[in-house]
Amino acid sequence: MEEKKRNEAYNNYVKAKIPKTRPWPSLFNSFLVGGIICTIGQGINDLIMLWFPNLAEQTAWGYTLVILVFIASFLTGIGVYDKIGKFAGGGSIVPITGFSNSITSPAIEFKHEGIIYGICVKMFTIAGPVIVAGIVSSIIVGLVYLFI
Amino acid sequence: MSYNQTIVFKNKPVIIGSYSIVGPKEGKGNFGPYFNYVMKDDSFGEDSYEKAEKKMLESAIVGAIEDAKIKPKDIQIILAGDLLNQIISSSYAARNFDVAFLGLFGACSTMAESLAIGATFIDSSHFDKLVCATGSHFSSAERQFRFPLELGNQRPPASQWTVTGSGATVLSKTGKGPKITMATFGKVIDFGINDVNDMGAAMAPAAMNTMLAHFKDTGRTPDDYDLIVTGDLGKLGSEILVDLMEYNGIKLGLNYNDCGQMYFTRNQNTLSGGSGCGCSATVFNSFIISKLRKGELKRVLFMPTGALMSTTASQQGETIPGVCHAIVIESDVEENKKIDRNKKRRVTTTRKVSYGTKKEV
Repeated sequence: MEEKKRNEAYNNYVKAKIPKTRPWPSLFNSFLVGGIICTIGQGINDLIMLWFPNLAEQTAWGYTLVILVFIASFLTGIGVYDKIGKFAGGGSIVPITGFSNSITSPAIEFKHEGIIYGICVKMFTIAGPVIVAGIVSSIIVGLVYLFI
Repeated sequence: MSYNQTIVFKNKPVIIGSYSIVGPKEGKGNFGPYFNYVMKDDSFGEDSYEKAEKKMLESAIVGAIEDAKIKPKDIQIILAGDLLNQIISSSYAARNFDVAFLGLFGACSTMAESLAIGATFIDSSHFDKLVCATGSHFSSAERQFRFPLELGNQRPPASQWTVTGSGATVLSKTGKGPKITMATFGKVIDFGINDVNDMGAAMAPAAMNTMLAHFKDTGRTPDDYDLIVTGDLGKLGSEILVDLMEYNGIKLGLNYNDCGQMYFTRNQNTLSGGSGCGCSATVFNSFIISKLRKGELKRVLFMPTGALMSTTASQQGETIPGVCHAIVIESDVEENKKIDRNKKRRVTTTRKVSYGTKKEV
């Protein structure tokens, strides 16, 4: 009981002492970089539509995503994306480029353990939970949609 | 003579050799000029960071044996440990030496743990010469405890930077050099911190506990030491330790500092400072031992702390226990008091100046 009280007091003391991230500069950086990534994506999409006028809009979006994923994966490989991430925080995690980074980075990291046990097993350690959450929520939404 | 937790050595073990090897980032840090070897590339010519860590530890052991001017066959036992699962760096490095090996795990406190055990072996006359070593690597620790290197995430301000480096010390029954006079073994202390990004706060209570036990057992005060140095509490953790000690009625003055806090310069972006086995091991085997050999430091209380956590335990909701072992090292150089006083004054003035400029920035 006494120990619990001591731990609680210590935790409160540490919570007051611990340096905090300043929210406003972080938010500004996040929105700035996130916005730039989205603008680049829109630019790529517009260029595709301009150069290939016969393409369906849906297909053009697909190509845009593929190009963005490739760029992020490439930047991860040459060690630039983590520097962007350090500056931008959520701004470079939320767009699809962040997803690409979260799959490429474990693949690079665990290549020493071999193709199967290293790359294949570890590739989705970070992105895996996101995929599971996406699938589960789509099931729930689908069920709701079925009944209304 | 021994107290509750403290051993006072009769046959004081002598530090006859030491060696430190660090990565390029560490080489640019505040202790840069003191290290024996700075690697150009942190993979050290190996194809994985685990292998690089093993090779670093191996070269630190070889370097320390050369520094002691003895032959590898004179060594009777190697005491080593590291942070990786099953302490692979140490045991795989020991594979290449034809010497008995004792693997230790004290997380980041391993340097003091190995020195304390080694000193006890020598004090009891069972061994004449032995090596104590430990090391850590930023990239191998990161992949074991945190995220892949290339992942674009941000670090919280209280987090620390695992030092890439290895240190080894040769202890001997006879010879010339600084002597280990006391060792205080610490208890495992847990004050209920569960934030894995805030190791300093998790380990500070362990440092407090060991420090209190040391002062109680020996009857000494902080003023009896030229330098009291903890391992890797970092900026936040060392501030917490000062507060905790003050709460217990002991005031830590300018002679107290923390290896992790001092390790990197401000521009190196390491937030709360350095951490890992290599942090205290490289500072001890470079800066502290060279100052003791010159007699610029007379008596040092070296007390690295370790966070005894694992990712599995943390994910299961366990809090982080800490441990801290302390050793006292005394210089064998007798010096003129006048010179000593001048040196002390110079050290304090430079510190004040550096604090001043830091605040302006």
